[in-house]
Formats: sequence, structure tokens, C-alpha cells
Amino acid sequence: MSGGTLWTVVLVASVGCYLLKLAGLSVPAAWVEQPWVTRVVEFVPAALLAALVAVQAATSGSALVLDGRLVGLAVAALALALRAPFIVVLVLAGAAGALVHVLTG
Amino acid sequence: MPRSARSATLRDAVGLGVAVGLYGVAFGAAAAAAGLDTWQALTLSALMFTGASQFALVGVLGAGGGALAAVGSALLLGTRNTVYGVRLAPMLAIRGWPRRAGAAHLVIDETTAMAVAAPDRELGRLAFWVTGVTLYLGWNATTLVGSLSAAALGGTAQAALDSIVPAAFLALLWPRLQRTAREPGVQRRVALAGAVVALALTPVVPAGAQVVLAVVAVALVGRPRPAREGVA
Repeated sequence: MSGGTLWTVVLVASVGCYLLKLAGLSVPAAWVEQPWVTRVVEFVPAALLAALVAVQAATSGSALVLDGRLVGLAVAALALALRAPFIVVLVLAGAAGALVHVLTG
Repeated sequence: MPRSARSATLRDAVGLGVAVGLYGVAFGAAAAAAGLDTWQALTLSALMFTGASQFALVGVLGAGGGALAAVGSALLLGTRNTVYGVRLAPMLAIRGWPRRAGAAHLVIDETTAMAVAAPDRELGRLAFWVTGVTLYLGWNATTLVGSLSAAALGGTAQAALDSIVPAAFLALLWPRLQRTAREPGVQRRVALAGAVVALALTPVVPAGAQVVLAVVAVALVGRPRPAREGVA
């Protein structure tokens, strides 16, 4: 992706996200408080975040890939289950991924 | 209003703002890993200022996704801020467009949670503004730190960063899957479906598109219905 396209993505998405925020404060509540709208909004993040976890941890381009990232993800899940703070979770996941990289060359 | 309630609200708001502001380090690093320069990372934190959307955008770009998929995923996650705004509007009771335009920029998960949790409307307004401004400053400062430090990395450190990005998404997702979340059973099924569909589509659709398509598929096919018979 060229630098110009990247900037376009950054700016268009930023303005779009801002307008979504502004709309909430501005439109009549009845427009947005339809049950199906709130229902979808409630669950879209879980689907999107999980999809991002899967794609970031186990794919490269159009291939499924198993490498240190999955080990890092497992370590992160364990740390989260033990209620570790966010930064600790990230450091442990990063350390695990780096270790696998060093061990496997 | 009792002094103690006011100072407790202030303390909580600043504390949350500082703590969550640290996530910006992870965002700056993820943005650098996805090929964004420091100015682009900073622009996202300053102008978009909604963490999950920012992570989604760089996550899709990092997966090799196209412009539409990147913008689409950011907007999909941004829609919940619209609902937050509807909830906040009566409490904030904002008069005039300049103030409304400024308040809108601060409508995110954390400011909404703090405002709604406050004991009354006045403290809710205080919590909203203090959390928002603290978090905004912290988030942008730490984005800069994360972006600059990630830009100077070698091979092993790059491998570490590659592991940090999915872990960051998992940390964002985690609270939604816990018992304390609203309808955790549905959240878990939705999350599992999103992950499985995204992986299944990876070999057959352009990179990045599988993320948005997974969300659309889950929303259409497995459209989560309100729980019945108290099963939540």
C-alpha cells in the first residue's frame, strides 16, 4: 500500500469514527435504540476482536501458519486467566514469541 | 455535593485514564509493525481516539488487508460509540455545537463506563470529562513511545512484537468472555464463530477481508437473539 493510500485510510477511518461518535450525541435516541441495532452493536466487537486474534496469531498472507505467535497467544491467555495486568500480558507474550524465534532460528 | 464523592470520582477518573493510557504503547508498537510511520500512528490516536477501532485498522493492515477492509473494520467497531453517545446525551446535557463536537471526540468505552457508574448526573459529567481528557493525553503520549521504540527493532524483537499484537487483541476481547460480561455464553459463541470463519476464509479471500467478512457472516447467519428463559 502506498504512503498516500495509507494516509487516506488513516484520515477517512478517523473522520468516519468521529462522525459515528457525533451521531450518537446528535440523533434522536429512537433511531439508534432499536433492539436489533443495540443487539448487533453489543456482539460485533467479540466477533471482530476474535477474528483479529485468529488472523494475527495464525496466518501470514493467505496461508495458515503455526509459529511462535501461537505460543505467545497461549502464554497471554494463561496470564489473562491469572488476572495479570495488560502490560504484563503483553510482555510475557512478547517474551514467549521471541524465545521461540531464538530457539527455532 | 459531598466533597468526598467528588474527590473519589476525580481519583478514579484520573487513575483509569492513566492506566488505560498505557495501552497506547501497545498500539504504537502494533501500528509500527503494520507499516505505519510515527505520524500516522499519532494521527490515529489524536483523530480517531477509539482504541479497539485503531487496533482493528492496524490489525487488518498488518495482515496485508486492503484499504476498504481496514476502514470497514475500524468503522464496525466504532458503531458502539454511537450507542454510547445516545446513552450519554441526556446526562451530558450539552448546549451548543462547539461543546458537542468536543464531547463527541471523548465518547469511548472508558468514558461511558465511568460516567454511567457515577452516583449522580453531575459526578457523571465530571467523570466523563476528567477520564476523557486524562486518557486522551496519556494515550497520545504512549502511542508516540510505542511507535518510536518499535521502529528501532531487530529480528528477535520483531518476533516479540508479532506475538504482542494478537495478545493485545485477546486482552481487549477477554473481559467480554468472562462470567461478569453481559450474556457471556453468547459472547463466547460469537467470538468462536468469528475466529473460525476468519481462519476458514483466509486462504480464499484477499488478505484482511476475512476479518470484516467474518463479522458480517456472524451477524447475518448467527444473528444473536435476546436470551430467553433467563439463560444469560
